[in-house]
Amino acid sequence: MIAMDKTDISFFKDGLRLDGRRADELRPVKIEVGILERADGSCYIEMGGNKVIAAVYGPREVHPRHLQEVTRAIVRYRYNMASFSVEERKRPGPDRRSYELSKVSREALEPVILTSFFPRSVIDVFVEVLQADAGTRTAGINAAAVALADAGIPMKSMISSCAAGKVADTIVLDPMKEEDNFGQADLPIAMTPNGNITLMQMDGSLSPDQFHEAVEMAMRGAREIYELQRKALVDKYSQMVAEPGKVEVHASD
Amino acid sequence: MDRKVVVPGDLLSEDAKRSGEGTYIKDGSVYSLLYGLANYRDKINVIPLAGKYVPAPGDYVIGVVKDITFSNWIVDINSPYDGLLHISEFPKRIESDEMSKHLRIGSSIMTQVKDVDPTMKVELTLNDRKLGLIRTGRIIEISHTRVPRLIGKGGSMISMLKKEVNCNIFVGQNGRIWISGGADDTDLALKTIALIEKEAHTNGLTDRIVDFLKAEKGVRS
Repeated sequence: MIAMDKTDISFFKDGLRLDGRRADELRPVKIEVGILERADGSCYIEMGGNKVIAAVYGPREVHPRHLQEVTRAIVRYRYNMASFSVEERKRPGPDRRSYELSKVSREALEPVILTSFFPRSVIDVFVEVLQADAGTRTAGINAAAVALADAGIPMKSMISSCAAGKVADTIVLDPMKEEDNFGQADLPIAMTPNGNITLMQMDGSLSPDQFHEAVEMAMRGAREIYELQRKALVDKYSQMVAEPGKVEVHASD
Repeated sequence: MDRKVVVPGDLLSEDAKRSGEGTYIKDGSVYSLLYGLANYRDKINVIPLAGKYVPAPGDYVIGVVKDITFSNWIVDINSPYDGLLHISEFPKRIESDEMSKHLRIGSSIMTQVKDVDPTMKVELTLNDRKLGLIRTGRIIEISHTRVPRLIGKGGSMISMLKKEVNCNIFVGQNGRIWISGGADDTDLALKTIALIEKEAHTNGLTDRIVDFLKAEKGVRS
């Protein structure tokens, strides 16, 4: 958190945020399913200025072999930011931050995946951030959940993720870059549609009351996102039925 | 028939007895495990739109030999799990050092899953008249989720297809299909299977395939 003069930036103008949103409003979300030819399941998501692609491979054979589990599938999640995803060029490759995000994101998705159906195999999830604008982990988890469903992997439910933050002592939903950088707190969560939380992180500081308000708000945001994830998946199927010719078929000799 | 697109976690029924394939029970209610089509009959089954083939005992599959060990052929069966074809499951008695004479690396075989253990060790067999090495014809791959549609109810689709295109067709549960026949007949069979795969989840497909075949044959003669 950057300590700064409160008069320097005003986060609200006429009761609306810098980008014209209400305090409890999400940024525009766009979800596309099955955009990658080679992956078993894939999803492209835009959440405000975030642009993220998720690809799922598997279940498939585990390499290296010693990672194999005899009774269940393992899940690997790789969160990666493209070097051009932020204003100042990011040095490519894994770093402390991406290791942490990969771990917490994997743990956000693993509880709903029926890994026991596929012993001795691996489910690989790759999340590539093409453009970052605060909240890339939530965008990545949302995309990964859709891509897992698209890959036909059995899951107990979907996972939806959303963040809440605090700026100028006000709780706001889905903070954008300015609010994240100069705000007072950030609280991303991931959950199932019926409210079981699988990820919760926080930085900054919140009073107990503010914390409850922020969690409630983030959960409402996640439910909204769930409806959009669901719609994207249902629409993909309707498209397949309406224009069967559009879906490519591969017949190899 | 009542069908609906569902995503994982969708509530399907409050009667636990109706839980079928692709579903799970929690607190006495039935939920979907998969993204796919829910089929409401006595039981509710969810048919996936994608996914990997997981071998089950009794399945007929088409495999490709990828390695040979002391007493087993290791066979790729288009699944996360490799198949093991033991030397004793070959139709005739052969010696260990002669294994590569009968089935080489790269050989395609029609085979059957004999047994699958809980760690997913998959045992294959060739001990059946209709199984064995593939010498002629063509092999194509479709998604294994479309195989039931290609076979049809009680084999209606596949037997119609075999008769109409005048080809020998073997459908592996793993989505690999062997077709053998004249060049033109094989091409027509390939086209038809591609169409079935494309339109797998539409109603009245068999009738439309019959019309399609009629039209295609009309052009040829």
